[in-house]
Amino acid sequence: MAAGVATWMPFARAAAVGWLPLAQQTMPKPPVDKTSRSDEILFVNVSGLRFQTWKNTLDRYPDTLLGSSEKEFFYNEETQEYFFDRDPEMFRHILNFFRTGKLHYPRHECIQAFEEELAFYGIIPEIIGDCCMEEYRDRKKENQERLAEDTEAENAGDAPLPPDATLRDKLWRAFENPHTSTMALVFYYVTGFFIAVSVIANVVETVPCRPLKGSIKDLPCGEKFSVGFSCLDTACVLIFSCEYLMRLYAAPSRCDFARSVMSVIDVVAILPFYIGLVMPENEEVSGAFVTLRVFRVFRIFKFSRHSQGLRILGCTLQACASELGFLLFSLTMAVIIFATVMFYAEKGTKGTTFSSIPASFWYTIVTMTTLGYGDMVPDSIAGKIFGSICSLSGVLVIALPVPVIVSNFARIYHQNQRADKMRAQQKVRQARIRMAKKGATNAFLQHKEDGGLQGGDGDSTAFCVKNRSAFEHQHHHLLQCLEKTTNHEFTDEITYSEVCMMDSMGFRTSRSTSLSSQQGSTTTCCSRRAKRRAIRLANSTVSVSRGSVQELDTLHVTKTPVGTQYPQSRSSLNARTEDLKLNCTDYTAAIISIPTPPANSPDESLPNSPAIPGILRNSRSSTFNTQETVKISSL
Amino acid sequence: MHAHTHTHIHTLNQSQTQTLCVAVNMGLVMGTFSMQSNKQDRTYRKDKIDDDFELSIVCHRPEGLDKLEAQTNFSKQELQVLYRGFKNECPSGVVNEDTFKQIYAQFFPHGDASTYAHYLFNTFDSAHSGSIKFEDFIMALSTLLRGSVREKLTWTFNLYDINRDGYINKEEMTDIVRAIYDMMGKYTYPALKTDTPKQHVDAFFQKMDKNRDGVVTLDEFILSCQEDENIMRSLQLFKNVI
Repeated sequence: MAAGVATWMPFARAAAVGWLPLAQQTMPKPPVDKTSRSDEILFVNVSGLRFQTWKNTLDRYPDTLLGSSEKEFFYNEETQEYFFDRDPEMFRHILNFFRTGKLHYPRHECIQAFEEELAFYGIIPEIIGDCCMEEYRDRKKENQERLAEDTEAENAGDAPLPPDATLRDKLWRAFENPHTSTMALVFYYVTGFFIAVSVIANVVETVPCRPLKGSIKDLPCGEKFSVGFSCLDTACVLIFSCEYLMRLYAAPSRCDFARSVMSVIDVVAILPFYIGLVMPENEEVSGAFVTLRVFRVFRIFKFSRHSQGLRILGCTLQACASELGFLLFSLTMAVIIFATVMFYAEKGTKGTTFSSIPASFWYTIVTMTTLGYGDMVPDSIAGKIFGSICSLSGVLVIALPVPVIVSNFARIYHQNQRADKMRAQQKVRQARIRMAKKGATNAFLQHKEDGGLQGGDGDSTAFCVKNRSAFEHQHHHLLQCLEKTTNHEFTDEITYSEVCMMDSMGFRTSRSTSLSSQQGSTTTCCSRRAKRRAIRLANSTVSVSRGSVQELDTLHVTKTPVGTQYPQSRSSLNARTEDLKLNCTDYTAAIISIPTPPANSPDESLPNSPAIPGILRNSRSSTFNTQETVKISSL
Repeated sequence: MHAHTHTHIHTLNQSQTQTLCVAVNMGLVMGTFSMQSNKQDRTYRKDKIDDDFELSIVCHRPEGLDKLEAQTNFSKQELQVLYRGFKNECPSGVVNEDTFKQIYAQFFPHGDASTYAHYLFNTFDSAHSGSIKFEDFIMALSTLLRGSVREKLTWTFNLYDINRDGYINKEEMTDIVRAIYDMMGKYTYPALKTDTPKQHVDAFFQKMDKNRDGVVTLDEFILSCQEDENIMRSLQLFKNVI
């Protein structure tokens, strides 16, 4: 439960007196707290630094090491104190958490050391207060990134290949890290050279060369030396195609490679050539074909494999796309406004160049960027006035935000990332905290099925519940009182919807209102409930069992056969949980137990257990798994 | 020429009004942008002033330990433990209704405990000051845990009697019962029907309202409760809470 709630427990219980006259059933007996109630000061010695605190302070968080009976493991009889061989500086923060309910992250401490301490004391880092949460997250992210970089650098290219690498692996490595072998380096430079050659050829073939003999018009070089240029083009395309196919072959994951940006660029670079081969020499189609030649310029992007800087630029543009988009949007707004104004201002002028609003767009853009080509000029006075306003605002709209955006790039980018991160992590945090809370509600539902509702024989229920803290006892008793007052029971969502479904289908189940009164009935509703809960149990963490449990097995059977679906494993957890899942359908369970007198009252088993307090602390769901467990097989 | 300029002026007027409209539009847009930022500034300043005001609320200290011990049925040690817990949760020394509701809601995660907490708050806050001090808290706890049967029943009667007129009528009781059922939440067995609270209230009145006049007075209430063994027995349940 949340912070400090334990201190309000007496108040909540006292307020339950308000329900009593309304109750239509008798109230359950309250849990008897045998331990002394007076508060005492505990001594905690952490590596020589002695702390003192009230016992109540530590009891506030019963699901941590210090708040539970787990701390008894560290109790030193001679010195009458709890001794922890951990960092005393960190412990100060841990103890402050107990005192104030807020966990702070000390900025000067290493993040990993802090997390280890938290894990040791059973505190989840998600409850760090908002004041320190951002710092904590940033440091953690930094740390993780640094670790990831380190491992990546280790794994990346420089390490020698394992001796049994296939040709594929070697080839891929050669492609990705050219400096590993001379062959790769040669290939790298050759492809770079051919990219350059191809791009230069594309450029040069449009330059006008001296005309052929007997003709006056200047020819572009591409047409004069068409054979040479086409040979060059073919050679380049062949080399690029070979390279692409080899990369495709060597790639460890072909799908991922085919979808990567670089491969798309490669494909776009060589595609026009092949399309041109395939296409017929048609007049109307060749127009489109000419457009395809434009795509040859994309070969220049292949240089990004050779240049780290280009890749970074691409990433940056990608990341700042939203800021650039906003700039574009505001520009568009201004352009549309001014174009409309100019068009209507110039409408009256005869022979005006502002023939339509889209035509005015050109004027607005040229004016706002202070280019001023002069191909469109306003004539009317209103046009000139608005034109000057347009150019002045152009300076403001474009020239001012651009440096601001550039300098804010990093800041806005990081801020947005952090805000989204915060929001995403907030959800995760809340989900985890909700899960821990839900554990509390589940604990109560679980407690009911353990037969905790059998108020009459307090002895038999004692062995089920002795592992709970006094606080849990009291809380469960409180919830039971509420149930009795209202004559309804708490259930979970699944059974509720199931019951609703059954009611709507007209299914009558012979269920009494109190689950506990079913001593051996196995109606389908009941069995499905238990089955589902058993499966949930199988999925949750199961602790290693302890102590002598045999007497309890048979007792379990006679009392509540429904609740005996707890897996026990002394050896392998996995095997048992499989068994459990298979056995859920059939409830005529036989108990395999070492033959011991079944008539042993559970009180005798009690002395064994207190010496071995519960172990698992962090997940609430494990509190009811720490009880004695049973080996089951179905008949 | 004259006609030309005439038409020229005419079209200019038309386009002029259009440009004027557009310019006004632009001005409005600029204005709204600037106004929004102004509003944000104002709310920020207002929050700051509120914060300062809140901090200046004085915290409350309870009367001396001896005095409290005399007034309640708790021993000094118990009072010490209670106060330490109370002070830790509410350093200012008072609990306001929101905090009270939050605290109580944590015990009933299944459903909504806020309505019942509201009624509880009003009962705890006997002076109707809007906040519960430590003394109010302790007095109520003393009555509920260590008080006589009559005192406990009187306290419960005051809880049910929402408007403090000395009578519990059906509407008040229905409110209370509905608030209690709200705490159960949605997922119960058997499923809650809409008239369950009403039935409960009817059963209650059947038992408590002796002279069938539609209201329950304090004496009727205490008498009926004393006749009911269940209630008498359960009143002793919470003796050892502290």
